[in-house]
Parts: sequence; structure tokens; C-alpha cells
Amino acid sequence: MDAATIGHMLNTAFVFSTALILAALGGILSERSGVVNIGLEGLMTAGAFAAAVAAYKAQEAGYGGASPWIGVIAGAIFGVLFALIHAVATITFRADQVVSGIVINFIAGGSTLYLVKLMFEGAGETSLVNEVFHKVKIPLLSDIPILGDGLFNAYPTTYLALILVGVIYYVLYRTRFGLRLRSIGEHPSAADTVGIKVLRMRYTAVLLSGVLAGIGGATIAMTTTGSFSHNTISGQGFIALAAVIFGKWNPLGAMGAALFFGFAQSINNVLQLFDFSSHIPSEFIYMLPYVLTILVLVGAVGRSRAPGALGEPYYQGKR
Amino acid sequence: MSKLIKVVTKDSALVPFVAILLGLLVGAIIMLIGGYDPILAYRSLLETVFGNRYDFGETLTAITPVLFTGLAVAFAFRTGLFNIGAEGQYIMGMTGATVIGVTVHLPWYLHAPLAVIVGALVGGLWGMIAGYLKAARGVNEVITTIMLNWIALHLANYIVRRFLLEPGKGRSYMVDDTASATIDWLSRFMDDARMHWGTAFALLGVIFFYYFLWRTKQGFELRVVGSNPDAANYAGISVNKGVVKAMFISGALAGLAGVFQVLGVFHNQVISAGHTGHGFDGIAVALLGGNNPLGVLLGAILFGVLSYGAAGMSFGADVPPEIIRIVIGSVIFFVAAPGIIRWLLKRISGKKRKEEAI
Repeated sequence: MDAATIGHMLNTAFVFSTALILAALGGILSERSGVVNIGLEGLMTAGAFAAAVAAYKAQEAGYGGASPWIGVIAGAIFGVLFALIHAVATITFRADQVVSGIVINFIAGGSTLYLVKLMFEGAGETSLVNEVFHKVKIPLLSDIPILGDGLFNAYPTTYLALILVGVIYYVLYRTRFGLRLRSIGEHPSAADTVGIKVLRMRYTAVLLSGVLAGIGGATIAMTTTGSFSHNTISGQGFIALAAVIFGKWNPLGAMGAALFFGFAQSINNVLQLFDFSSHIPSEFIYMLPYVLTILVLVGAVGRSRAPGALGEPYYQGKR
Repeated sequence: MSKLIKVVTKDSALVPFVAILLGLLVGAIIMLIGGYDPILAYRSLLETVFGNRYDFGETLTAITPVLFTGLAVAFAFRTGLFNIGAEGQYIMGMTGATVIGVTVHLPWYLHAPLAVIVGALVGGLWGMIAGYLKAARGVNEVITTIMLNWIALHLANYIVRRFLLEPGKGRSYMVDDTASATIDWLSRFMDDARMHWGTAFALLGVIFFYYFLWRTKQGFELRVVGSNPDAANYAGISVNKGVVKAMFISGALAGLAGVFQVLGVFHNQVISAGHTGHGFDGIAVALLGGNNPLGVLLGAILFGVLSYGAAGMSFGADVPPEIIRIVIGSVIFFVAAPGIIRWLLKRISGKKRKEEAI
């Protein structure tokens, strides 16, 4: 295997990982505030759908190269809409967070396909968007041997995801907002006593998770597929959830996990090119994220500890 | 109206019914917005299901797997466990039955029972993994079962692709006729609907659920573990053993759903890119049925009717069948957050009162 192949592999890994990183960041914000979010899959679906439709309409309207960006913004908005359902149900009405997440996945899958059929005359897929993202070469840096091909010749969304990892890491661990967010996920009543608005903070966190997961879904539609159908999002939300846990609810950790899962996927693709797949069945590579997540929870590979109040609805005035 | 609120808020048994009505209403509103006729749509749904023998039979066949997975999820709930993994246990049950059905050759009186037992066992063991991890290492079963669902999907695909694949087709070899669980005379009577013994077994499952949990010592112990683990511990009931046992039984029930889909309906197993959803539907059925055997049965019937009738809806009223996913999602949503129903009713009656004052 030469340097070019490795660079190419790394590059594919970043493409796969981008959506995972974004959705995992969303998952971290929500779960750090104490709200379980197994609805990431549904939020990504909503984002991918909205992006495919909005970018298509924008392209028709002649927005050209701005179309995919319009798609990403639409993805964020749709992500927020569905996250709002989750927030209202779990925070205001104290519904079971896991059940609500399942409902989000259900409704997002159903309603997006319903809308696709409504808008595209019964077709099961949105019309293909030609104006999708193109890879951007960063001058000088893209001349570095392997890493240049791998990282510095990527989609703009990949750069966006990596920047957001830094931003969210900084916000969580270096700002007052972040400290408060973490505190309401660990011990909401203690946070309440010192005057932190627990419910409002949780709303913010869950809605932000909708923004991030929605953008995550949008990046898949705007880079890989160019359209939306029933299998545009198939399991990425759950891999992102796995990345949250495997990354120990930490943005850097989740990024590492997402990159690792993405790399496993791209190895799989490359292996198929070289026909090594008879040695390592691709199914085992697909399984890897999930198996590793269980192992990390069991404590066989490090130890992963969930936020203290994860999954518990907060009743004001409850002791 | 205020009486209605009292009834709804006091009597939680009414919540599912209100939730179903609201869910259908949400569906109707969405259809109206989309420019469809909801009354025509719901009528064609019912006409599809009850219109002729074939469709009625197929509806029963559609009810069967969700009845099994509903029972599976409800059973785990009764022991205080949230089994999101019915989907994975279903897939493993399917795989167990396919392996036996394709690779083993026996007379029918041994072959079919063996396939059923192996499928149930494999499903049960798959569920037990999550139970064991919870008991031994304190790992939350929600996360492990989610992960196990995806592992099961890919593992089953691997087994089918590597060992059972019929060349040139994306599925396994057909299961031997000796392993079939179809009821041929009934199928003929139902105009060739795919009738099978699984439906009868699922009904037996309802009785087993009730008998085991409320009429046996073991079942009592599981319920104690579910309602108060500390009390169970104090009374000398092993919580850990209970957790493992409950996940095994729950997994076996979900596994049976898959078993009969193979032996009774499809007679083969396809390589699948995604989940069938029967396991997730089971969660909805269990919630809808209040984790009570009779409730689960009613929930499964509603589910089967809605999901099979959805096809007729798109045929008769041109509505995309996905609308039913929205209806079902909303129903679970309202069941899971009964507070919303109370709030809505209060708002409506509040407005009424203001109008009266004017």
C-alpha cells in the first residue's frame, strides 16, 4: 500500500466521520445536560431530508454554489424542529426520554418519506442535487505527503465539524455556560439551588443537539448522496450515539471515536478494492463500533461513565 | 368537560384510547394539509383489512410478530428492564430458525419443532447478553440492547451470506418443507393468505405471560424485582438472577417472532440493509398495552391493522403509506407523555369556560 492509497483512505475516513462527529457533538450536549438522546438517528434523517429538498429548490432558483449551504441551514432548522418535540415531551411533560427518542426516530422516518412522496409526485427519493459540496484544497498544507491528501483536501463540512469540536470543547470546559450545562446533568437540584435555570438550560442543550445532528444529516445529503431516500440515514445516528459513549461524553473523545469508526469504514472500502474482504468479512467491520461500545461500557476497554442525572426528568422543588 | 378531564386523569386505563384517537387525528390533519381525504383514507384502510378473506388473513399474519415482540418488551418491563433489543433478538431468532431449516434434514415432527426451539433459544441467549451485562457489570440495558440490535443485523447478514446463500440471490436457500409452520388448509380457506402456527403460539404467549407472572413463584419474584429491587433483595430474591432470567424469556419471545416469520411467512432469510422495525413496533405495542397481556394483544391488533391497512390506504386514497408511521409515532408519544393529553384537555375546557363567561 503506497502513500497515495493511505491518503485516499484517510480522506474517505474523514468523509464518513464528518456526519458522525457532528451528530455525536449534538448527543454530547443533550446527554451532558441530563437528557438521553437516542433520537439522533431521527434528527439526522430530518436534517438530510431538509437539506436535500432545500438545496434542490435553491439550485432550481439559481442559487448555484450557495445551494448546499442553504441545504445545511435547512437541515439545522429541521433538526431543531424535531428536537423541539423531544424537548417538550421529556423536559416539560417528563415523558420517558428513551421512549421519546424512539418516537422521534419513528416520526422523522415516516414524515420525511411522506413529504418526499408528496413533493416529488410519489417518488421514493428526492431529485438529485447537482450543486453539492466540492472538496477544498487548503494551499501549502495540502502539499504535506499523506496528511495533505487525507485531511487538507476535504469537504468544507469536514472543516466545519472539526472546528465545532474545538468550539464545543471550549464551551463545555472553559465557559460558565459549559460548567452550568455539565452541572445540571450531574446534579440538577444542586444546580437549581445556586440559581441555574435547569429546564431552560436543558431546552437549550436539546435544541442545540437538533442543530448539530441536523447539520450532520445534511452533510451526508450534501456530500455523499446528493439526494434523500429511505436509506440515506441508516444507522449513522446510532453509530454517533456509540461514538458519544465510546468517547466518554467528551467532544475530543467522541471525535476520536467517530474518526476511528469512519476509518474502519474506509478500510472496509479499500479492502474490497483489493479483494481482501474474503479475509475480513465487511459485516465484522460494520459491527465494530457497536462491539467496542459494549466493551467500553463493560470496562474491558477503559471505563465510560454517564452523566449522573442522565435520563432523569427534573421536578422543580423535588428533593 | 371537567368531568372528562377527571376521568382521563384519574383513570390511566383511558390514556391509551385517548392517545389512539389523538394519533389518528394527527394523521388526519397531516393528510388534510397534504391535500388528501382522511376519511376516505381511513375507510380504505378498514376496507382493506376487513374487505376480503385474503387481506383479513394477511392482517392476522401481520399482527403475529408484533404480538410476540410486544409481549417480549412488556415482559422485560415487568421486571424493570427496558428491552430496546427486541429487534436484534427477533433477527437472531430468525437466523436460528433459518440455519436449522436450511442445513438440517429431519422428518417434519422433529424438524419444525427443532427450528422453533433453536430460534427461541438463540433469541433468548441474545437477550440474555444484555441481562448478564446488567447483572454482572451494571451496564444499562438500553444502550447494550441498542448496540446488540446492530450487531445482530450484521451478524445475521454474515451468517446468511457466508453459509446459507442461494447463489445469485440476496437471500438464503429456502427452508425445507419439513420445517414449515404454515397451516395449509387454513391458507386455502383464506384465499392463499400466509397463515401459520405462529399466530396460535403468540396467543399462547399471551396466556403464558399472564400465567407465569401472576400465577407462579418465579413470576412473582420477577415482578418484585421489577417494582422494587431493594425489597426483592431484602426478601432474599436474587435481583441479578431475575434480570438475566427475564431478559432470556423476553429475548425468546422476540426470537419466536422471527422464527415464525421465517417458517411461516417467508421461508427464507434475506440479507438486509436495515431493521424490519418489528422489534421497535413491539416497544410501541407494549407501551400501548400498559405492559399487560390483554392490553398487548389489543395493541398488537391495532398495530397489525394499521400497518397492513396502510397499503390499502395508498391504493384507495393515494395517501403515502408512511402516514401510518406518523400516526403510530404520535400514539406512542401521547401514551408516553400523558401529561400532554391532560394539558390539552384542560386548555380546551379552559377556553370553553371563558367563552361561557362572555
